[in-house]
Amino acid sequence: MNETIPPKEERMTALNGLGSSRKRVEDARFTQGKGNYVDDIKLSGMLFGDFVRSPYAHARVKSINTEAALAVPGVHAVITAADLEPLKLHWMPTLAGDVQMVLADGKVLFQGQEVAFVVADNRYAADDGIKAVEVEYEELPVIVDPFKAELEGAPVLREDIADKKEGAHGPRRHPNHIFTWESGDRDATESVIAEADVVAEEMIYYHRTHPCPLETCGSVASMDKVNGKLTVWGTFQAPHAVRTVASLISGIAEHNIRIISPDIGGGFGNKVGVYPGYICSIVASIVTGAPVKWIEDRMDNLMATAFARDYWMQGKISATKDGKITGLWCHTTADHGAFDACADPTKFPAGFMNICTGSYDIPTAFLTVDGIYTNKAPGGVAYRCSFRVTEAAYFIERMIEVLAIKLGMDSAELRVKNFIRKEQFPYQSALGWEYDSGDYHTAWEKALTAVNYTKLRQEQAERIEAFHRGETRKLIGIGLSHFTEIVGAGPVKNCDILGLGMFDSCEIRIHPTGSAIARLGTISQGQGHATTFAQILASEIGIPAEDITLEEGDTDTAPYGLGTYGSRSTPVAGAATAMAGRKIRAKAQMIAAYLLEVHDNDLEWDVDRFVVKGAPERFKTMKEIAFASYSQAIPGVEPGLEAVSYYDPPNMTFPFGAYICVMEVDVDTGTTEIRQVFALDDCGTRINPMIIEGQVHGGLTEALAIAMGQELAYDELGNVITGTLMDFFIPTAWETPNYQTDYTETPSPHHPIGAKGVGESPNVGGVPAFSNAVHDAFKSFGLTQSHMPHDHWRVWKIADRLGLHD
Amino acid sequence: MIPDNFEYHKPNSITGAISLLSEWGDDARVIAGGHSLIPVMKQRLTDISHLIDLKDIEELKGISISNGIVKIGAMTTQHELIQSEELAKTVPLIREASLQIADPQVRYLGTLGGNVANGDPANDMPGLMQTLNASYELKGPDGTRNVDAREFYEAAYFTAREDEEILSSISFAVPNGGYAYEKQKRKIGDYATAAAGVLIEVENNICKTASIALTNLSDTPVFCQNAVKILIGNKLDEPTIQEAVTACVDASEPVADVRGPVEFKKYVAGIIVRKAITNALARA
Repeated sequence: MNETIPPKEERMTALNGLGSSRKRVEDARFTQGKGNYVDDIKLSGMLFGDFVRSPYAHARVKSINTEAALAVPGVHAVITAADLEPLKLHWMPTLAGDVQMVLADGKVLFQGQEVAFVVADNRYAADDGIKAVEVEYEELPVIVDPFKAELEGAPVLREDIADKKEGAHGPRRHPNHIFTWESGDRDATESVIAEADVVAEEMIYYHRTHPCPLETCGSVASMDKVNGKLTVWGTFQAPHAVRTVASLISGIAEHNIRIISPDIGGGFGNKVGVYPGYICSIVASIVTGAPVKWIEDRMDNLMATAFARDYWMQGKISATKDGKITGLWCHTTADHGAFDACADPTKFPAGFMNICTGSYDIPTAFLTVDGIYTNKAPGGVAYRCSFRVTEAAYFIERMIEVLAIKLGMDSAELRVKNFIRKEQFPYQSALGWEYDSGDYHTAWEKALTAVNYTKLRQEQAERIEAFHRGETRKLIGIGLSHFTEIVGAGPVKNCDILGLGMFDSCEIRIHPTGSAIARLGTISQGQGHATTFAQILASEIGIPAEDITLEEGDTDTAPYGLGTYGSRSTPVAGAATAMAGRKIRAKAQMIAAYLLEVHDNDLEWDVDRFVVKGAPERFKTMKEIAFASYSQAIPGVEPGLEAVSYYDPPNMTFPFGAYICVMEVDVDTGTTEIRQVFALDDCGTRINPMIIEGQVHGGLTEALAIAMGQELAYDELGNVITGTLMDFFIPTAWETPNYQTDYTETPSPHHPIGAKGVGESPNVGGVPAFSNAVHDAFKSFGLTQSHMPHDHWRVWKIADRLGLHD
Repeated sequence: MIPDNFEYHKPNSITGAISLLSEWGDDARVIAGGHSLIPVMKQRLTDISHLIDLKDIEELKGISISNGIVKIGAMTTQHELIQSEELAKTVPLIREASLQIADPQVRYLGTLGGNVANGDPANDMPGLMQTLNASYELKGPDGTRNVDAREFYEAAYFTAREDEEILSSISFAVPNGGYAYEKQKRKIGDYATAAAGVLIEVENNICKTASIALTNLSDTPVFCQNAVKILIGNKLDEPTIQEAVTACVDASEPVADVRGPVEFKKYVAGIIVRKAITNALARA
C-alpha cells in the first residue's frame, strides 16, 4: 500500500485491453503448423468413412448392391438409407424447418448427394469400397433454373412433401415452391411507385457461390458403449446447437453427448449446417463400436456442403425528379436447391434480406421472397455476412446506381441526398428494423476525399475521350458502395434457430494468483477470439490480456451459446464477456471494501484496482483481491471469484462503411486491373485495430473473388462445372490488390462496450464496390446492369454488346 | 480422390524404363512431374496398374547448348528451365514462356518432357516447341526416332508417340531475331484462355523468318502456317500484321468452356497474337 502506483496510462497499456493492436495469441500455433484440426484427431482403432455420391442431379435410385463393396479388404460396413430407416435417421431436420435425406431414399436430387456411406480401415480402403458399390439409377428430368420450377410439366422434385400445402414458413403454391415471405407495405409501396416522377427497374442477380473454407467439413465420432457417452469432434460453427439437435434426432440424452469444435480452418458459414457426414460418422461409430472419421475432399465440399447466395432480385426504386428516393420494391426468387437448409433464424426464411433499404432513408418499401426447390445442393448460408445481408446490400447498391443513371445524377451525390442523417438514429426502417447508430455522411465524405473523387471523375472523362479518339482500349471504372450491415443475431424475442434463442454466454473464473480463464458459447474459426475477448475482459476486470485464457468449443465445459457466424460473436458473446466481467468487478469491489475497511461506495475503479475515494494511496489491486477471495473468510461474501453471463441483446447492431474501388477495364480482353481499393469501416468501438484490418483485408479478398469470378456453376443437366479450385476462383496474393483502410467510430448505444462486429462488413460492402466499378466503366456507353461474376468473358461480352468491338 | 492400387517402379535407365513399358504394356504409364497424371488417377478416371517414375534416370536430365543446337532432357523441370542463365541468354523465349506456366510450386515438379508428351492442348510447352520448330527424340524397344513438334500432335491426348516409347529429349536450333510468348489466363495457376508464341527475324525491313503457334485454341497446338507465309518476305506494316492475325484466328478452333464462349476466345486469340507479334517485332 505504500509503493508508488505506476501512472494510469502505463497500467492501461500493460493490460492490452480495448484498442490495443495486440498480436494474435493463436498465430504461434497456426503459423507453425501446430493447430489441432478435426483431421488431426487420431484415436486408437479409428475407422474412416466416406460417401458414394450421386453422379446425377435428379434420378431414381433403383437399387444399391453393397455385396462387392463389403468384400473389399478393409471395408467394415456399407450404410444405406435402408439401414438408417429403422433408426429414423435416413432423413434429418434442416435448420430451416425442412427435412433432408441423410442418404438417398429412393431418389437423388442433386449431383454429389450422399447415397451410401462406406466404413473402412482407412480412407484408401474406403475409396476402394466406394468404387465397388453398385448403384442403379434411372435419370429424371432436371430443374436448374428456378424460374422453370413452377412451369407446367415441371418434374416434382420433393415427392416426400409433394402434397403438403403448408411448409415451415406458410402456404406452398406448388410442389417445387418452398415459401413466400413478405416484409413491408405492399399497397403503399406500389402506389408510391405508380405515382413517382422517376422509377428505375432492374433484375439484379447475385450468383450462386460457395464459402470454400481452407479446411473442408469433417467429423470424428466416438461412441463409448461402456459409459454410453458419445463424443463428436467436428467442424461446427455452433457446437452447442449441434449437441441439442443431435440429442433430439438420436434420442441420446444431451448430457451423454459431448461436441467438440477443435481448431477450425475457416468457416464463412459453410460449417453452420448439419451434414449427412456428421450423422453417418455417428451411426457408423455406434454400429462398429469404433471411432469413425469423415473428412470431405475439396470437390465434395464444393459440390455438396452449403452454398451461398443464388438470389434473383427484381427491383423497382422510385424518386422525385431531384433524386429524393420515395419507394423501394423487391421481389426475390431464391434458389434453395433440393432441400431448404438455409441457416437463418427461424422467423426469417430469407434472413435479414429486409435490410435491403440499406443506408438510405426510404419511407416506403416492400419485399417478397419466393423460396424455390431446384436440383442443386442445399445450403443458402451466410457466406461471410449476416443472413442474406450481402444480397440485400448488393441489391440496394446496384439499384442506387441504376437510379442514378435514370436520373442523370452522380451516384455519390444521390447517396448523400438519401443517407439516413446522423440525428435520425435510432432510425426505424420501412421494413421494420431499428438502426442503432450511424454517421453516414461523415464516413462518405471521408472516403470521397481520400480517393479524390472529383479528380477521379475528371480522369475517367478524359479516358473516355481518349478511347473515342482510338488512343486507348482501357476504361476506368469507379465503384462506389455504402453499406449498412445488420449483425449480432440476436434478440431472443425474434431470433431463434430450431427454437433455441440466439443469446450467447461467457463464464469467467479468476484464479487465486490473479490470472483467469473465460469460456464462451462461441467458436473461433480464425477470427482471433482468444485474443480479442481477452482484451474486452482485460479492460473490464483489470487483469492483463496475457493472463487470461480463452476456451470455446467444448460443450462439456463451455457455457451454452449459439456459436459464431453472422458477425454475432462480438455483439453477443462479446457483450456477455463484458457483462460477466462487470459481475466479477462488482464482487471484487465488495472484497476490496472489506479488505480496506471502507464502505463499497467509498471505492472507485482505477484501471486494475479499487482505490479509496480521496485516498489514492489506499487501494487493492485485482490480483490482491483475487487472492483474498480464495484465502480469507469474508462475511456475507462467498469464497472464490467467478461469474457467468448469458446475454440476450436488446437489438441487432448496424455496422456500416464506405468503400470505393478504382478499376482499369480492358474492353478487348475483358481483363480488369484494380488500381485502388479504399475501405472505411465503422464497427463501433474498436477492440483490436490490427485484427480489424486483417478482417477487412480477408473479407475484401473474398468479395473480390465473388465479384470477379468465383461461381458455383451448373450445366443444364445439373452437373457442377466449377467443382475444383482450377475453376472455382480463390484469389492468390497475385490477384489480390493493395488495400487502403480507414475508420470512423460510432459506438452502438445498446452494446455494453459499444462494439458492433466487423468480420463480415468487407464482404458485404466489397462486392458492390467491385461490381459497381465494372458497371461504372461502361456506364457512359449505355450499360445499366450486367450480372456477376465479372470474369474476363463476361466483361468482354458487355463491351461486345455495347458495340465496342465494332 | 484416392487412386486405385498400383505398382510403383523407379528404373534408373531409359532401357530399364522401356523394358518395364514393354513388359506391362497398356497397364503401365510413365510419370514425370505428375501434374496431369496424378489428378486423373485420384479421380480414378484412368486405370493404371504400373507407374514408372522417370525421376532417377540421369540421362533424361540436363540442358546442353552447342553448335547452335539446344538439347533439353525430358525430365528437366520448368524451374530448371527458368534458372538456366545460359538458356535465358541464348533462347530468352523459354524463360518468358516458362514463367507463365502455373506457379512456382508447380514448376518445381513440372517437366518439359511431361508437358509436351501428354498431348494436353492446354499445356504451354507444345505450342512453344512448335514455335521453335523443335524435334522430339523418342526411344522405344526398336530404337530411337525423332518427330517434329509440328507433326507430333494428333488430337487431344493423342500423339505420334507409341505406347512403349519414352520421349527422351527435345532439341531445336537457337532462333534468331525477336521473340514473345503472350498468354491470357484467369488467374495464377490457370491454363491459357489464349496464348501465342512468336519468333520474327527482320532483315532490311523485310521479315526473313517467322514462326507462330497457339496454345489452348484447338484440340492440339496450332502452328499458324498461313500467317507465317503472310509475314515472310514482306514489310511488317499494319495491314500485313492484321492479315497474319486474321490467319491465326482462322486457324484456331477453340471450344466453349468455363473460360468463355467460342467468339470470345477467337477475339482474344486475335488480341494475344497481335500483342505477341508486336512484342517480337520490337525485339527483332
